[in-house]
Amino acid sequence: MSTVVEVDGVVRRFGRMTALDEVSFSLRANTIYGLLGRNGAGKSTLMQIMNGHLLATSGRVAVLGESPWERAAVRARMCLVRENQLYPDQFRVHHALRAASFLFPGWDEAYAQSLVDDFQLPRSRQVKKLSRGMLTAVGIVIGLASRAPLTFFDEPYVGLDAVARQLFYDRLLADYAEHPRTIVLSTHLIDEVANLVEHVLLLDRGRLIVDDDADHLRGAVTAITGPAAAVDRIAASGTELHRATVGTLTRATLRGLDDAARGTAAELGVTLEPLSLQQAIVSLTANGMEGSR
Amino acid sequence: MDDDRPIFVQIAEQIENAIIDGSLAEEAQVPSTNELAAFHRINPATAAKGINELVDDGILYKKRGIGMFVSPGARARLQQRRRDQFSERYLRPLIVEATKLGLTASELKAMIDKWETR
Repeated sequence: MSTVVEVDGVVRRFGRMTALDEVSFSLRANTIYGLLGRNGAGKSTLMQIMNGHLLATSGRVAVLGESPWERAAVRARMCLVRENQLYPDQFRVHHALRAASFLFPGWDEAYAQSLVDDFQLPRSRQVKKLSRGMLTAVGIVIGLASRAPLTFFDEPYVGLDAVARQLFYDRLLADYAEHPRTIVLSTHLIDEVANLVEHVLLLDRGRLIVDDDADHLRGAVTAITGPAAAVDRIAASGTELHRATVGTLTRATLRGLDDAARGTAAELGVTLEPLSLQQAIVSLTANGMEGSR
Repeated sequence: MDDDRPIFVQIAEQIENAIIDGSLAEEAQVPSTNELAAFHRINPATAAKGINELVDDGILYKKRGIGMFVSPGARARLQQRRRDQFSERYLRPLIVEATKLGLTASELKAMIDKWETR
């Protein structure tokens, strides 16, 4: 599959703080990515650099083969929906949509209008008078209707209730099925997007610690529980991330468990429990593990 | 999709189950990847991976431009495969638990006979 974004050894410093530390990865065409990590891990900084809103201190970024910095032709093919997007003071909702329609060559006006109805947005209300959730919904409408080959949503859920978030996920999936493109979602709500994202990028304190398929990651971390001696035997075949003991029972969280170990586990009275994507991400982040491939 | 195995495996297994219990007949059309994706709220690529697994196995076949269909003989092949896996998947945990409880093989057999007469 063709590569649409290449990030190679990107470092970004703000004064003495290193926000991104030697980050390298590539994005394939027509894939939904989850950009995950704790607050301050560097997710927004990375999105801004990929979108040409911010320069890297060092390293190289190529979007559709070119640098995104001050390259109008490339920028027209990308859409970044930011959590704290600013609009001119007098802008009403329909002004914001109108402006977006000029920016994006792939803009679908009919689709935008149907999304405005779905999210029950007041078309003629001033953007500055919208609630937090409505403001987020305006960004979602623009991001989806832009149909940009590269669309970035930076935490597109602030102020949205569970119903509106589900609406967003459903509309995103349906439109993506009809109009495949590359979508990058940064989020803390890992459980909610676990089945949506095909590939996971996990940042931890400015470093990329996971670059892996969601399906692969889902089976990659296992919790094993049983008598300490048996757990020790099984644990030797993987990388131990965490361990807890209560009485004579021990639970270890392991990355990479081979089939032979799985087979012997049952006979030793050890139960295996694959971790959900969210739990896997938490245990990998807590541990600051090295790369996953 | 609620258990923690890869979703594409679960998708493939659900279709297999429908073929085995007869609700998806041979030569019947299976839902498209986009329909499966919307229904299960999963990524279309994941749904496609589950479907492709079954195509590679010869359980489904593709009619160009129309969709995916259940292959002739798929049901018998799936049943045979599940029978082959039965001992490992179901008897092994049974034996492990029975051993833990000190149940003998003849006691187990008696239990199975009792189920049959229910």
